[in-house]
Amino acid sequence: MMIHDWLIGPFLEFGFMRRALAGAWALAFGAAPLGVFLVLRRMSLMGDAMSHAILPGVAAGYLLAGLSLPAMMIGGVVTGLVVAFLAGLVARLTPLREDASFAAFYLISLGLGVLLVSLRGSNVDLLHVLFGTVLGLNDDALLLVTACASLTLVALALVYRLLVAECLDPGFLRATGGGGSLVHMVFLALVVVNLVAGFQVLGTLMVVGMMMLPAAAARFWALSAAGQISLACFIGVLASWAGLLVSYHLNVPASPAIILGAGLTYLISVVAGPHGGLLHTLRHNRQSAARLW
Amino acid sequence: MGARGNRAEREPGIVGNDRMGNGLEPVVSAPIPAQGVSIELDDVCLGFKGRQVVRNVSGRFSPASMTAIVGPNGAGKSTLIKGIMGVVKPVSGRVHVHGAQRNDLAWLPQAGELDRAFPITVLEMVAMGAWRRSGAWRRMTDEELDRVQHALALVGLKGSDHRIVGTLSGGQLQRVLFARLLMQDAQVLLLDEPFSAVDSHTTEELMQLLCHWHEQGRSVIAVLHDMDLVHEHFPRSLLLSGEVVAWGETAEVLTRENLKRARRMRDEQPA
Repeated sequence: MMIHDWLIGPFLEFGFMRRALAGAWALAFGAAPLGVFLVLRRMSLMGDAMSHAILPGVAAGYLLAGLSLPAMMIGGVVTGLVVAFLAGLVARLTPLREDASFAAFYLISLGLGVLLVSLRGSNVDLLHVLFGTVLGLNDDALLLVTACASLTLVALALVYRLLVAECLDPGFLRATGGGGSLVHMVFLALVVVNLVAGFQVLGTLMVVGMMMLPAAAARFWALSAAGQISLACFIGVLASWAGLLVSYHLNVPASPAIILGAGLTYLISVVAGPHGGLLHTLRHNRQSAARLW
Repeated sequence: MGARGNRAEREPGIVGNDRMGNGLEPVVSAPIPAQGVSIELDDVCLGFKGRQVVRNVSGRFSPASMTAIVGPNGAGKSTLIKGIMGVVKPVSGRVHVHGAQRNDLAWLPQAGELDRAFPITVLEMVAMGAWRRSGAWRRMTDEELDRVQHALALVGLKGSDHRIVGTLSGGQLQRVLFARLLMQDAQVLLLDEPFSAVDSHTTEELMQLLCHWHEQGRSVIAVLHDMDLVHEHFPRSLLLSGEVVAWGETAEVLTRENLKRARRMRDEQPA
C-alpha cells in the first residue's frame, strides 16, 4: 500500500500531476524519436542550438501579446526555422561547415532572445521560458504538446524510410528523386515544432534533455533504428514518471528532476549497455586478450 | 562485348556461380526500349561552391555501351557521374537522357559516401532499390521480398539479410550495393569506383555480373582505376582530367601519351 501510494498516489490525487505526466509523456513520444535521428546523424548538438534559436521568437511573441501561447509558439517556430534555413544556406554557400554555422546563429539568437525578454519581462518570466512550468500546465498547453507529438509521429511514419536513406546514403535519395533537401527540412521543422511545444512543459533549455538523453541511452541497448526509437520513447516515459514523483516527494523543481532521471538512465546505459557499454567493452577486450594468450 | 571478348562469354561456367542456381537473370525483367537509352552531355560544366571541377564535357554514351571513366585523382570523375545522375546540378550545359527518365538510371556510389555506422539491415538496404516500383511509403510485398532474397543470392550473400550493414567487410558491402543496383533494374548503370577496397576474387565475381547486365542490353558506365580491368572488359573509355582528354575506343584512348597529358593537365589545375 505504501509503495502504491508513493508511486501512483500523487497522480490519482492531483489533477496538476496528471496533466504534468500527460504533457511530459507526449513530449517523450514526440521528441525522443527525433533525438534518435539526431544522434544517428551525429547532429546531437543541433538540438541544443535549435532550442536557443527559438528563444527570440518566443520572447517576441511574449513582448507583443504577453503570456499568449499561440503568439509565443508562432514566434518560436518562425525564428527556429529561420535559423535552420540561414545556417543551412551559409553552409552551402561558404566553406563554413553546418555545425559552425548553427553555432554562430544560435549564439546570436540567444543574445537577442535574452535582450527581448529583459525589455519587458522579469527574471521570473525568463526562468519560466528557460526552464518551463510543467506543474502548471493548463489545458491549452497540454493540447498543444499532445497535438505536436501526434503530428510528429504521423510525419515520422510518412518520411521514415526517406529519412533513413537521407542519413545512410543521401546521394541515393537525391538520385532516385526522393527530395533529400525536402526531407531534411521536414525533419528540422519537426525538431523546431517539438522544441517550441516542449518549452511550456520543460522550458526551452530543458526540453533538449528529453530529446537527446533517452536517444543517447537507447543507442547502448538497441541496434536497429526502430528499436532505438521505441526504447527512447520508453526511457522518456519512465524518466517523466520518476522525475515527477521525485519532485513531488522531495519538493524539488520538476523539470530538472525529469531531465536528471533521463540523465541517470543515460549514465547507467553508458556503463551497462550491451552494445558498446563500458562493462561490455571491458569484458570483450578481456576475452580477446585471453584468446590471444 | 568486352574489348577482348567479354569474360562472361569466354568462361560461361564462371558466370553461372549463382548461389540459388537461377543463373544471372535480372531480378525484374523491365523491357529494354527498342531504341535503347542513351545519355548526351552538351558542354557540361560542374562544380561546387564557385570552383569548377568538370569543364565543357560534350559527348554521348550510346545505348547498350560499356564505358570506363578513367583519370587521375581530382579529375572530376565522380562529379561527372553525380552530374549525370542529377545529384550535382550543372553550372552550365545540359545532360540529356534519351529513352528514359533521369531516375531510371541506377547509381552505385563510392562506399565512403555511405554512413556505415547507421543501423540498417542488409535486407532493408537492398530493398531501397525497389523504391522506384513500390514507392518509399508502401509496405514491401512478398514478391519484392523474394526479389531481395534473389538479389542477395546472386551476389553471394544468401542468408545475410538480417546482418547490420556496419558489420560487413568492404567486399560484402560492395556486394550489398550491387544487390541494390540489381533491385533497381535500370537500363543504365553508373558505378563510382565499384571495386575499390575489394579483393580480386570479389572483383572478378562482381565484374561478371556487370558483363552479364551489359549482354542484356544495359549500358554500364563505371569510374575505374584498374587499367587492366578497363582494357579487358570495357570497349569504350572516357579519359578525364577536369575536361575530356580523349573519349572513344579504349585502345585509342588509354595511350601512354594521353595518360601523360591527363596527369599534366591535373597538375596545371589551380588548387
